[in-house]
Order: sequence, then C-alpha cells, then structure tokens
Amino acid sequence: MEIKERVPEILRDNVLLTTVDGLFKWARSNSLWPLTSGLSCCAIEMMCAAAARFDLSRFGYEVFRPSPRQADLFIVAGTLTWKMAPPLKRLYEQMPNPKYVIAMGSCANEGGPFADAYSVVPGVDKIIPVDVYIPGCPPRPEALIEGMLKLKEKIRHPELIQKVE
Amino acid sequence: MQGGLLVILTDKLFYGINYLSGNEFISQLIMVIVQIMAIFAVISLAAIIQVYMERRICGFIQDRLGPNRVGPWGLLQTVADMIKLMGKEDIIPVKAQRILWGITPMLLFIPAALIYAVFPFDDGAVFVDLNVGIFFVMAVMSQSVLMFLLGGFASENKYSFMGAMRAVAQMLSSEIPMAFAVLAVVMVSGSLKMTDIVAAQSNMWFIAVEPLAFIIFTISILMEINRTPFDLVEGESEIIAGPFTEYSGMRWALFFLAEYANLLSAAILTVTLFLGGWHGPVLPGILWFLIKVFLVIFLFMWIRWTYPRTRIDQMMALSWKVLLPLALFNIAATGIGIYIYNWM
Repeated sequence: MEIKERVPEILRDNVLLTTVDGLFKWARSNSLWPLTSGLSCCAIEMMCAAAARFDLSRFGYEVFRPSPRQADLFIVAGTLTWKMAPPLKRLYEQMPNPKYVIAMGSCANEGGPFADAYSVVPGVDKIIPVDVYIPGCPPRPEALIEGMLKLKEKIRHPELIQKVE
Repeated sequence: MQGGLLVILTDKLFYGINYLSGNEFISQLIMVIVQIMAIFAVISLAAIIQVYMERRICGFIQDRLGPNRVGPWGLLQTVADMIKLMGKEDIIPVKAQRILWGITPMLLFIPAALIYAVFPFDDGAVFVDLNVGIFFVMAVMSQSVLMFLLGGFASENKYSFMGAMRAVAQMLSSEIPMAFAVLAVVMVSGSLKMTDIVAAQSNMWFIAVEPLAFIIFTISILMEINRTPFDLVEGESEIIAGPFTEYSGMRWALFFLAEYANLLSAAILTVTLFLGGWHGPVLPGILWFLIKVFLVIFLFMWIRWTYPRTRIDQMMALSWKVLLPLALFNIAATGIGIYIYNWM
C-alpha cells in the first residue's frame, strides 16, 4: 500500500508526506555553497555570475564560503597545473561529505588549449571526481548557472545518471 | 498589576494550566519551562528570519534580487540551508583538542541566550528584573569572547588561533567605550534596572537626550558582535573564517545561530537604552518593540552592506583614540547637564 493512502481521506489536503531521503535531497539541492576558489580567468566569470546582472543568489547558491569545511561545492574555475594539483586535491579532501565538483571551462574539462603542455593537467577529473562539466572558454555566467541547475537535477534524481563505462 | 498584552496572555495561560493541573506549584513549574522554551524559540525563529532578511537586503542594496526560488519569495531558503547543515559530515581535525573543541559551540550559546533574561519585551514582560540589569548584560556579553578564544585555541590551526587573538583584542577594546556610553544613559535615568531605564523614556527617548552616546554605543556594539565594518574576527580575505575555520556542519551552524542571537540582542539593547523600549502610541507595547527592533536590525544590515571591512589597526585606533575620549567627554557633559537641570 502506498504510504499516501494511509492518510485519512479528510486530511489529504492538509498533510505533507516525504521521506528523510527526499527532504535531504531537497535541502542539499537548494543550498549548494561553493568554495571561494578560482584558478584563472574562469573565476572572473564565476564572480560575475554572483553579481547583479546574473544573480546566482536567486537560487540560494551565492554563499561563497572561505573555508572548505563549510562548503558543499568545488567549482574548479580555470587551468589546473601539476604544481597546483596537490593543494586542489587537499582542498577537496578537506570538504565534508556530501560534496560536489563542477569543472568549469575547457581547461578544467580536458586541458583546453594547453592540453599538450608539460605543466597542465589534462582535465581535472584526473585528480578529483567531477559531477558536472561546463564547456566554454570561458563559459558565460549563464552557462555556470545552468551547470549548477544541472547539478541540482542530479542531486534530486540520482537514478537518472547512467554510469559511463 | 498593570501589564501589557504579553503579560495578559501569560496570565491567561497560567490560569488555564492551573485549572487543568489543580496544583499551583506544578503550574508555576510548567510556566517556567514554557518561558525558557519561548526564549529558545524566539532565538531560533529570529535567526531564520534574520538570515533571510540579510540575504534579501544584501540583494536589494547590490541591485540584485536575492533568494527567491525556494518556497514563496524564497522564504524556505534558510530552512533548506539548516536541513542541509544537519546532514553534513562531522569532521573533527586529528590534532584538535577534542573535548574543548566539541563543547565550544554549545558554550557560546549560553551567554547568547542568558542575556535575554533581563530584556523588557513589554510592560511588565521581563523574566528577571535584576536591579543591576544593564551591568548583567555587559558582564554576560563579554563572556562570549572566552568561547571564541577557546574555539580558536582548541582547533590547533594557525588561522583559527589568529582569529581568536583578534576576537579578544577587538571585543576588549569595544567593551570599554560601550560601557562609558551606557554610563551616560544610566546617569540620566538614575538606575541600572532595565525596566527603570525604559520607564524613564516614557516622555522623551534617550536618543534625543544623549545623541553622542547613541552613536558611540552603535559603533561599539557593531564591534562587539563582529559585524562588518568590524568583522575582523572572520575576515575571509585574511584569515579564512577565523575561529570557525575548522568547524563543519551543525557545529558551525551553532556558531552561526549564536551570531544572529547576538545581533538580535544588540538590537534589543539599542532599543531598550535609546529608543524608548516598548513605549509608543496606539499599538500594543510588544508590537512597538518588534517594529523598533527590526528597524534597528535593518540599520545594522544597511551599515554592513554599505561599508567595507576596516583594518585591525584602524579599528583599534578608532576605539581607543576616538570613541573612548568622546565617551568620557560625554559623561562630563551629561554630569554638567544634570547639575544645571537640577539647579534650574
């Protein structure tokens, strides 16, 4: 029997039913606090997304936390060099679970124009697991917001994500 | 006893409980528990409202909209944040001193809640009407500095410790001008009791009698509760998050809650000392009180989103070289004023 049907007929309009899982999914997807971190020019677009014209705060995602202990989302905004890779991994490991990563821009996705350089990591997914990839060089602020909304969808409906072999 | 709306409601509730239980002692015990719960309910509810208010006001000041997608007008945004914080992993640093580190967020909540015991919310609606009320407020308010020091020290993190040292320096230097500004108010009202201070403002608010003390008090209370332009304790561009750097999830949320409880108590203190407490025409006292308190909170938020953060040396210089001499001058001027007033 569906749990909704156990509620008496007369109370159906006044009772809200949910699961703990559903409640946490709702809360987590609506309150992604990004870590204040930027590697290069994509970070400028990230700042722009939080400013007046694009206004990330409408979705409640504008709380950029300086400390990784209080952040949920790591936006890797820019070119990752091999020298920066260990600090980046450490920052990721300092974040408390559940944590999410967005690779923003071509450099973070697969190295971008520097893919063949000896000093650049060809894609941030070589270092840490990535949830959402945003293409562009740099992606526009709308693209970042779209990426965050995709992440929201992913958190709400994890069953929709197919594992790629 | 004549009382405001809040007192009448409390009396009605007491008679109701007394009628049901039939025992005076038990019903009084229940009323005490209800009152303590009411303080915590007010603090938690006010924190949720203030966080939403802050984000919307910040948005409007910066020509943005602020949170408006979660629930009607974004009202459920803070609820979502709180539920998320409850579900976060609880990280305890290996090197931290676990017991001290763990009890600090709870300890910080004690002075933040204790201070509400002496505030007059309405005519006769005060939990304990101490005859050293304002002295008690100052004493309890200065206790929170210990918790900042403890949290920063126990984290064993250099940024936390630097933040804690800053917190001590900042709070000590803000309390002294604040105490002298309050002293001028106490001289005019002639009492340390909170209800007497409010009663003395039935004809004329103290903001009109003591405008200099009001300005000094407002600046130093902003330093005391660590709000921008004096949020050096958690200045994120310099020391990450100050004493809170290592705290995650619900422990950090307690710090957050205590911060907003302090903001509310600072606003209540300003209203009680300078803006006539619950006095006002037509409307019941508790409504006037709430209107004034939220206007003062709006003022604090307006200041926060208008001015940039000061440097630590600028803040110390302002406090010791400007506010303290002005407060002393204000006390002398108040004394002369009272002498002339009595002589006339």
